[in-house]
Amino acid sequence: MSESHSADHAHHELGFLRKYIFSTDHKVIGVQYLITAMAMAVVGGVLSMLMRYQLAWPTDVSPLLAKVLPLSYNGGIMAPEFYISLVTMHGTLMVFFLFTAVLTGGFGNFLIPLQIGARDMAFPFLNALSYWIFLLSCIVIFAALFVTGGAPMGGWTAYAPLSALPGAAPGQGMGMTLWIIAIALFSASGLMGGLNYITTILTMRTRGLSMMRLPLTQWSLLITSILGLLAFPVLLGAGILLTFDRLGGTSFFVPAGIIMNQMPLEHSGGHPLLWQHLFWFFGHPEVYIVVLPAMGIASDILSTFCRKPIFSYRMMVYSMVAIAVLSFIVWGHHMFVSGMNPFLGSVFTLTTLLIAVPSAVKTFNWLGTVWGARIRFTSAGLFAIGFVSMFVSGGLSGIFLGTSAADIQLQDTYFVVAHFHLVMAIAPLFAAFGGLYFWFPKMFGRLMNETLGKVHFWLTFIGAYCVFFPMHIIGVGGQMRRLYDPTVYMFLQSQQPVNVFITISAFVLGAAQLIFLGNFFVSLFAGKKMTEKNPWHATTLEWTVPSPTGHGNFGEELPTVYRWPFDYSVPGEKEDFLLQTTPTTAPVTAKH
Amino acid sequence: MADGSGPGRITASGVALAVLIVILIIVSLYFFIAQPYWFPSLASEHGRQIDSIFMAVLIVSGIAFVLVQGALGYFVARYGENGSERAAYWHDNPKAEALLLLGTAVILTVLVFMGQRVWAAVYFSDRPADATIVQVTGEQFQWAFHYPGQDGEFGRTDTKLITNTNTIGLDREDPVAKDDVVTTNVMHVPLGKAVRVRLRSKDVIHSFFLPNFRVKQDAVPGMGIEVWFNPTAAGTYEIACAELCGLGHYRMKGSITVDASQDAFNKWLEENK
Repeated sequence: MSESHSADHAHHELGFLRKYIFSTDHKVIGVQYLITAMAMAVVGGVLSMLMRYQLAWPTDVSPLLAKVLPLSYNGGIMAPEFYISLVTMHGTLMVFFLFTAVLTGGFGNFLIPLQIGARDMAFPFLNALSYWIFLLSCIVIFAALFVTGGAPMGGWTAYAPLSALPGAAPGQGMGMTLWIIAIALFSASGLMGGLNYITTILTMRTRGLSMMRLPLTQWSLLITSILGLLAFPVLLGAGILLTFDRLGGTSFFVPAGIIMNQMPLEHSGGHPLLWQHLFWFFGHPEVYIVVLPAMGIASDILSTFCRKPIFSYRMMVYSMVAIAVLSFIVWGHHMFVSGMNPFLGSVFTLTTLLIAVPSAVKTFNWLGTVWGARIRFTSAGLFAIGFVSMFVSGGLSGIFLGTSAADIQLQDTYFVVAHFHLVMAIAPLFAAFGGLYFWFPKMFGRLMNETLGKVHFWLTFIGAYCVFFPMHIIGVGGQMRRLYDPTVYMFLQSQQPVNVFITISAFVLGAAQLIFLGNFFVSLFAGKKMTEKNPWHATTLEWTVPSPTGHGNFGEELPTVYRWPFDYSVPGEKEDFLLQTTPTTAPVTAKH
Repeated sequence: MADGSGPGRITASGVALAVLIVILIIVSLYFFIAQPYWFPSLASEHGRQIDSIFMAVLIVSGIAFVLVQGALGYFVARYGENGSERAAYWHDNPKAEALLLLGTAVILTVLVFMGQRVWAAVYFSDRPADATIVQVTGEQFQWAFHYPGQDGEFGRTDTKLITNTNTIGLDREDPVAKDDVVTTNVMHVPLGKAVRVRLRSKDVIHSFFLPNFRVKQDAVPGMGIEVWFNPTAAGTYEIACAELCGLGHYRMKGSITVDASQDAFNKWLEENK
């Protein structure tokens, strides 16, 4: 614990390595997570571009790709197994190594002590360890791309027995083994982080910062960490059982009587659906592990740039708690046509539509926040508004899929791909971009270029809709996901122009992200220097200290909090915002 | 004005975002109402019910989509920053919130029950006694269809008998198996009679997907799963695999022909004996 340290005196003597590489400062660890996750996102993004190219022009011969990737593009045409590897790796990289890592690892680490008025995390060493194990897991998953047989081919969901039988596909040997190791390491790293976040938020809040005065970002990180703590061990356990099946000859997920290449296998007694139950018992909370922090971050940024208190803070908190609890009893909606007892399908339909209620509450509250606002259209603000739009679009298509009867036709089609990309990839991406533009000056003491930020927003907003909205349409048309070549099916041929449109849009969307990357890295060194502590006129504690601030965050004395974080446009006040540290005679909290 | 009762300002950014949202609304309404691309043509009785529950959800979520995105677009266009003018300072409205919460819950509950009626029709209704029964076996990367033939009884199968040409291991010595018909990737059923599909997999999970019949059921190794449907239109349609099953997943493709009469179907069986 670093309670006795003060910001400016404590760690002067640290060398470059201790300060920026093997640091236990939560801010450095946060930035490490962020940059690592961005690197993984670039890889995941490039893979998706290859997938889109294939889907639009499956029979095109590409001499360029034949030269760059001769093994995967023999004769200039993508190998079918390479496509399945792309699907698997893209999903894995984005779900785990980008979104989970960037939102909780990146923003969580950076923001928790700063926003709750603490000098560091409760367990700084564990925190650093969590990052290094995460980095190790990144290296392992990256290595899976280059091993014999190629990358894993089980999809990010790794359904058994495809994942359990090394002979089931080329990448299911070494590639799949590395996948399991990487996910196990990732889970371990996430657990260390989660324990740390929960302890820190619960025990290290500064004077006056009651739970109901926490920024929504902090609430979301707390709830997400609890979800992670309950969900990741299940994945870890399932992964261990899967490894036993693969390497130890056990049969947890493999039933008797499997015939592969017309030869019977030795397994007996396992059940493939057990894997699905375990995976989705983790997998659905995982969706909210990504979405909840995005909601928290977007809420706080939205309020800041609307210059208006978040609408119904208490309901925002309660709905997040409700979503978290319900997220553990909806997993079966991924399995309506899996062979699971149809009575369970009825139950999961009910719980699934139940979870839509708190999500709707949040949407109403965001609208209530924008209503009567005085919006400042900064890059961060625009991305927060974009988050709401994307979340609504993606959320509504969830109602179709949650309705088991409609899901019969839609399951495993592009309708599902459209839904989950909008709601748990694009919406969180918007929140993350908003967060980056917003906290970049806090992290690095410089501002990102606003003009480029806005160009990035407009292209990303248009691009994301042009890519993912039409996927609903081809999903209704029946196009299956994880499909190497849609044109082999007659019933899909008429909608091939839509695939071409999506691919062109995806290239534009991808190119737009280069603007962001350029802006980010150039601004690190050449961005406009911050002249004030609080460039956005926000209210939370991180804006009361210099940027960047040293190890220990706050000066000699920790701040005292007098009010909730949403005092924007308070009538009668001189400024249109009041820092949480602004004393007040009548304390303002959410309870009015 | 310092209390939010001022006019706000209509800003270029706000209007641009609102215009994009309006375009989004119009384009999505066009695609979902004019339906230039839509479901594959319908050929089963359950399919009609599944399509109608889809339409019910579409109407409800479509209205919500237009209202919420529309409101967002309007607010964004209308409430831009305006000099030193202040935003409204209100931060909850328990009555409105309770109303919206209850409203949403009621609408979703109605959808649950509507959906469950269709679900029950598909899964909980009695299987028709007079039906064409087909044993369907998925394997990397093909479908095998096993018909019992005229005697209505399936011949014995044994995994020990499986070869490259006898992929389901049918025991041709079994007298019952004499008239059995086994085909690969080609399925026939007669019109006017329910079809019961007994689904199995030999290796990994596949998913038996009949887009035109709105039938989708995973074939899971170690499990025998039955689904049934009533074909309503004669013709030839495609069979797809909808669950990732390995590198040849995309070409695990078959065809299903609904023969116009039982005679035509029997003739096909005869030809394939």
